[in-house]
Amino acid sequence: MISVKNLTKRYGALLAVDDISFDVGEGQIVGFLGPNGAGKSTTIRILTCYHPATSGQASIAGYDVFTQSVDVRRQIGYLPESAPLYPEMRVREYLQFRGKLHGMDRAQRDKAIQRVTDRCWLGEFVDRPIGQLSKGMRQRVGLADAMLHNPKVLILDEPTIGLDPTQIQEQRKLIRELGQSHTILFSSHTLGEVEKVCSHVLVIASGRILARGAPEKLRDSVSAGSRLIAEMRGPAEDIRRGVSSLGGVRKVGVESQDGWTRLSIEANEGSDVREPLFQLSSSKGWPLRELRREVASLEDFFVKITAEQRAAAGKG
Amino acid sequence: MRKSMVIMQRELGAYFFSPIAYVVLALFLGLSGYLFSSFVFTAGGEASLRNLLDGWAMPIMLLFFLSLLGMRLLSEEFRMGTVETLLTAPVTEAEVVFGKFLGAGAFYLIMLATTLVFGLFISLYGRLDPLLLLCHYLALIMLGALYISVGLFFSAWTKNQLVAGLLSMVFLLLFSVLAQLVADSLEGWLKAVFQHLSIVTHYSEMIRGRLGFNHVVYFLTTTAFFLFATVKVLESRRWR
Repeated sequence: MISVKNLTKRYGALLAVDDISFDVGEGQIVGFLGPNGAGKSTTIRILTCYHPATSGQASIAGYDVFTQSVDVRRQIGYLPESAPLYPEMRVREYLQFRGKLHGMDRAQRDKAIQRVTDRCWLGEFVDRPIGQLSKGMRQRVGLADAMLHNPKVLILDEPTIGLDPTQIQEQRKLIRELGQSHTILFSSHTLGEVEKVCSHVLVIASGRILARGAPEKLRDSVSAGSRLIAEMRGPAEDIRRGVSSLGGVRKVGVESQDGWTRLSIEANEGSDVREPLFQLSSSKGWPLRELRREVASLEDFFVKITAEQRAAAGKG
Repeated sequence: MRKSMVIMQRELGAYFFSPIAYVVLALFLGLSGYLFSSFVFTAGGEASLRNLLDGWAMPIMLLFFLSLLGMRLLSEEFRMGTVETLLTAPVTEAEVVFGKFLGAGAFYLIMLATTLVFGLFISLYGRLDPLLLLCHYLALIMLGALYISVGLFFSAWTKNQLVAGLLSMVFLLLFSVLAQLVADSLEGWLKAVFQHLSIVTHYSEMIRGRLGFNHVVYFLTTTAFFLFATVKVLESRRWR
């Protein structure tokens, strides 16, 4: 449904998107994950025909974004970051305006507005001026607008940014529901969000796609780099030696305080040292008061994959 | 064209939520009413609007007012980010520009419509020449269309509407007042060149009832040029 080939975008000397390629199949919900300034919005703006690419190709539903721009724009519903709207218009008035721009006649517009305002829980707000709505409500109006002409593809740029936790949950639920009838590409910078909503994830940083795949797969590769945190009481040096000798342990960091020794243990991929650790503590009689797995944050994940990428580039 | 009408409706609606538009409408009514009562509506005066429209007052007044109306047309879209939703809808830049032009034009027509009451007053006391009146309104409409297209052009350059408005005023002052003053100080063919450039020359000729082909062509081509240039500026913004 969406096909991107060797897409590159330069702003003067700045390389915003660096030779990326990916495909989104019909009916997929794809999360576009990356830190701020990674090139997510730039890629999205190219796909929605707002900016042309410097080189490369992109097409949506078989139409080229550059040469068949108006056809592409008929196929997509787009929610830009921060959902820009005209504050002086009322919600219904705005949706009527957008419907007219899509060439819908009066009956189609009325029906579509009924449908999207139901879907986005805007029912009681349709006659309110947009300027009076909260940030969360405005995001919903933006989403309602994107869905208005029932497009095949929905492209949502940070659809949950600036929302409160309840609204975020509702918004995610809505996106999941919409995924049943639309192909969706949405960007986010939180891994948890992407994991809950998408069938497929693209990780992008500094203009390149660094990882792609099902969210569980990515999660595994993140937790493979996770650490164990443990606290035991006993002679620090003995504890360090004992833990280091356990099978699968790669690196141990030790920190002593008030007679307790705090360990941060990095294990080899695929090995779980929690049980051997417990056995060690009970056999030596060193009390264990904490044992937990510290799952790497998204930042750690980015640091890790960008470092790997740099290392690979250095070798090549 | 249908899409342009949709945008025109939205723009016209937006003016009624804009304090600037109300100030412009009120000042225009007040000032033109004052000019009318002191220069036209006098005992033994000429039974036409010529004394209201001729000279510097009306073109300069409109220059400021229409720059104020035109400056928000595109710069507001840039400032609010709505340009992104607008230009990713299935409309072309030309449809957007023309729609905005018509929107400001429609508001200007409402402004002009209020001055019809002056014609009514005159016809109560004298015989108004309907053809001359038509010529006057044609001149006003063409002048306004040019002013709006220049304002629209400058508002495509910046997201700051004040900057757009000031640029438009300065530019229009150069092409109406300064060109005229330069023409007055020159002789021969140079004088003719500057006179032809000056907006006010063409306007005044039409106000005096000389609806020459060259004046109409001047207004139509300059307006079309600025609309075309606006489309190009808007298109080029995509590349940045």
